[in-house]
Amino acid sequence: MRDKKHWPLACVFGTIALCLPLAGADAAGIDSQNFGQVERGHYLTVVGDCAACHTLPGSGHAFAGGRPIETPFGTLFAPNITPDPTTGIGAWTDDEFVNALTKGTGRNGTRLYPAMPYTYYTRLTRDDALAIRSYLNSIPAVDNPVQVDQLPFPFSMRWTLAVWDQLFFTPGTFHPDPNKSAEWNRGAYLAEGPGHCGMCHTPKNFLGADETSQKLQGYALQGWFAPNITDDARRGLGGWSVDDIVAYLKTGHNKTSAATGLMSETLNLSTSKMSDEDLKAIAVYLKDQSAGGNANKTASADPPDQAVMKAGAQIYADECAGCHAADGKGEARLFPSLNGSPVVQQTDPTTILHVVLRGALSVATKPAPTAPAMPQFAWILNDDEVAAVVTYIRNSWGNSAPPVTASQVEKTRQMLLERSD
Amino acid sequence: MALKLPHKDVVIIGLGWTGSILANELTDAGLDVIAIERGPWRDTATDFLISYVQDELRYRIQHELFLRPSQISVTFRNNGNQTALPVRSWGAFMLGNGAGGAGVHWNAETWRFLPTDFTLKSHLTQRYGAGFLPQDMTIQDWGITYDQLEPHYDAFEYLCGTSGQAGNLKGAIQTGGNPFEGVRSRPYPTPPMKQGYGHTLFAQAAQELGYKPFPQPSGNLSQSYTNPLGVTLGQCTYCGFCEWFGCANYSKATPQTTVLPVLLRKSNFEARTECEVMRINLDSTGKRATGVTFVDSSGTEFEQPADLVLLCAFQLFNVQLLLMSGIGKLYDPNTGQGQIGRNFSHQTVSGGLGFFDKDKYNFNPFVSAGAIGMCIDEFNGDNFDHGPLGFVGGGYIGQVQTNGRPIETTAVPPDTPAWGPKWKQALRDNYLSTINCGAACHASMYSYRDVYLDLDPTYKDRFGRPLLRMTIDFHDNELKMSAYLTDKYAEILQKMGAKQVVKQPRRGPYDVTAYQTSHLCGGAIMGTNPDNSALNIYLQSWDVPNLFVQGATAFPQNAGYNPTGTVGALAFWSAHAIRTQYLKNPGPLVHA
Repeated sequence: MRDKKHWPLACVFGTIALCLPLAGADAAGIDSQNFGQVERGHYLTVVGDCAACHTLPGSGHAFAGGRPIETPFGTLFAPNITPDPTTGIGAWTDDEFVNALTKGTGRNGTRLYPAMPYTYYTRLTRDDALAIRSYLNSIPAVDNPVQVDQLPFPFSMRWTLAVWDQLFFTPGTFHPDPNKSAEWNRGAYLAEGPGHCGMCHTPKNFLGADETSQKLQGYALQGWFAPNITDDARRGLGGWSVDDIVAYLKTGHNKTSAATGLMSETLNLSTSKMSDEDLKAIAVYLKDQSAGGNANKTASADPPDQAVMKAGAQIYADECAGCHAADGKGEARLFPSLNGSPVVQQTDPTTILHVVLRGALSVATKPAPTAPAMPQFAWILNDDEVAAVVTYIRNSWGNSAPPVTASQVEKTRQMLLERSD
Repeated sequence: MALKLPHKDVVIIGLGWTGSILANELTDAGLDVIAIERGPWRDTATDFLISYVQDELRYRIQHELFLRPSQISVTFRNNGNQTALPVRSWGAFMLGNGAGGAGVHWNAETWRFLPTDFTLKSHLTQRYGAGFLPQDMTIQDWGITYDQLEPHYDAFEYLCGTSGQAGNLKGAIQTGGNPFEGVRSRPYPTPPMKQGYGHTLFAQAAQELGYKPFPQPSGNLSQSYTNPLGVTLGQCTYCGFCEWFGCANYSKATPQTTVLPVLLRKSNFEARTECEVMRINLDSTGKRATGVTFVDSSGTEFEQPADLVLLCAFQLFNVQLLLMSGIGKLYDPNTGQGQIGRNFSHQTVSGGLGFFDKDKYNFNPFVSAGAIGMCIDEFNGDNFDHGPLGFVGGGYIGQVQTNGRPIETTAVPPDTPAWGPKWKQALRDNYLSTINCGAACHASMYSYRDVYLDLDPTYKDRFGRPLLRMTIDFHDNELKMSAYLTDKYAEILQKMGAKQVVKQPRRGPYDVTAYQTSHLCGGAIMGTNPDNSALNIYLQSWDVPNLFVQGATAFPQNAGYNPTGTVGALAFWSAHAIRTQYLKNPGPLVHA
């Protein structure tokens, strides 16, 4: 099911909201004839990937809402943000809009679910927020009422969100780091603000809030593991150059890797349409993110069983080497390299198991239209065989990651059977 | 009553090589294009899975990828005195089915025809005199020259990433290439494939005999390659499962690995699979196509109106659809009048077996590929003096063994029992040390007055339409030529050191049950005027100018090469004419 959008976040119980949004007069700053502002706003909606939630794929109505958003707490439906005065946000004041975007407060004091990444958008400058508003004012109004709240009790109680915000939300615009370059700061602004990379790539606590101490170190969601994108040499982007990251975000492919899964949509709607300068800034920022305590670990504490490795090697030769080659290096633009691959070596093997069991279609972009696909092996390899070949791949050619057990495979297989997407 | 669909600029019948190329070119030109394909959608990861694609029983023996004769078949006879019977299991040729067409299951031998192949009749007449040609031979010039087609050969090779060694680069003969080839404007996009031991040994022996061996131009790529559309192909793994099979690792040039990924991204392209075109519809004048009528898999009939109709099905079905749509005049072999069905031809392949000392030779025949091989071109086309030989035509000769597959690649010496322990022992003794190449001589089949296609009077398909009837036999000219080439091949096998050589020249009559090649040609040929052809030189129908008929259907006769390179070149040539001439001024591009 490709028309369903998923988010990891949501939140629970708490106390009554204390603050109310200000319903003041429009602040100066939007000029419908300022086409530079409209265009900047358009670009920011691309960076912010607004369409991922607010446009129902195939509906033909940009930003008219209605897309189901999967969260661990239930399904939400993204609202209509076209300028329609009754079903969209046409009647909202600019301040109401800016507050929603950056403070998580809706009209009339309701609070937004943090599936809306206001925890990131809060870093937007007011100028940029108004530019987005200016762009949204310029698109066709669509009459499309959306019933957003469809979460079960107790998550249906929006007032609990105020507590969540109290606990986990730090409002405030981005403050540049004077010790870093302008490029780094631009990258930080984009990645931590509108780009909201951490929404998927930062681990979450049990209430769905970011574990800020493990920023960008990877998170399992919706059948995948959004990998570590710190500069970690083994599990992060340490082995990638700035150019490798830019190529990946621009085209979905670089000399060793290919985007698939949830990142395909992000690529199509967002990063492939961003400027090279901004992608480079993001890459420079990510390359400067420390991997923390997990940095540069070389060997797994738990070396794999040699009999399992031998079986895995045999399966690899039969089923995998035709494309990924005996040395695991694959082929640039076509077959991802497994040799040194961060995705392969994530501590959490969800993604590699997902790809082996169900197969995967890499993203097609204009500069890289091939979209090579990984076939599925769930039907031909049993749990022990998948465990063996994945353990082999995770621990060959210098790779090192915890062995995968048959029960992990079984669990992933079950999870995939239950997922329709 | 057919359901009428919204109008399109272009409707394409068949999404194989030519349909894909034309669709891409015309969507680039801004047109709204729909392709209607009889078979299913096919893509690499779903349909050509590495876990099972190397399955000779499923794909070769049981014809998994091919059209089922129960869907549609043809009837066959050797001559007009016989009653044709329907083909109930494919034999002499294979008919692709589904997206990619025959481009999915081909071996990917990607040749250019010789310059003299395009001016065949005038060239041979000039060199040997008109009386040298058999009375009933109906060969003719194509109406275009090699030089006109060269940029389009180039376009097809660069689309495919063809691996080869240039032999004639801008007029300069290149060492290691085919010195007989026409002038090419640039080298092949990728270097030639690596060759197996048997192929290498053949080249050595050929060289010692004074020939100039060169690697076969191959669409199984020697290295990965990104084509001008941005689509990437992988490096061949030499698994030896090409012909009859889909390629599991993106290394065989097919519509799937070269064009379709780009086409699918276009909003002005649409494909309907498992939809069979019944006929091309004409307006009341009969001179203008209004679109096509097709039936989907539920049996529902649709009408697809369009301004331009491109007939891109396999050769046989192009001819059949023309006949069923009442376009052009049916060929009459008695009078020679009529163009539809005329100058039908196939290919004259032959080969042989070379048994070598098993203690000295190990060819590892399973390490192979569809278009691997070392060839010589000394006996192709008119590269040699036919005067003393009493025949015309020829072909390339090569060690082009494509596989060592377990069911069919099981040659044993002729005195071996056909089954039992002695057969098994002989197979064990010979499997690794035999050169087994049934298509080592890949030669021309010229056209004749009594070789043609028409509609069968008796047998009908599942829709009640008459089946196409093939009337075809080998003529003495081809059989003589085949014997001559097979002798030459046997000499090389001998020179390689074979202890026993078994010659397998082509013998008549034409046998529809055993595989030859799938290179059926002609039936609606191109030419200079409506009296000698069904199509003008741009593949435009003389009778219905908003209809273009693509593919080997247009070949006036077949040359001594695999046809796909020329089919691809003609598709680009025709697309260029449509884009640069027809769209500006729709109407006949050549005035009769």
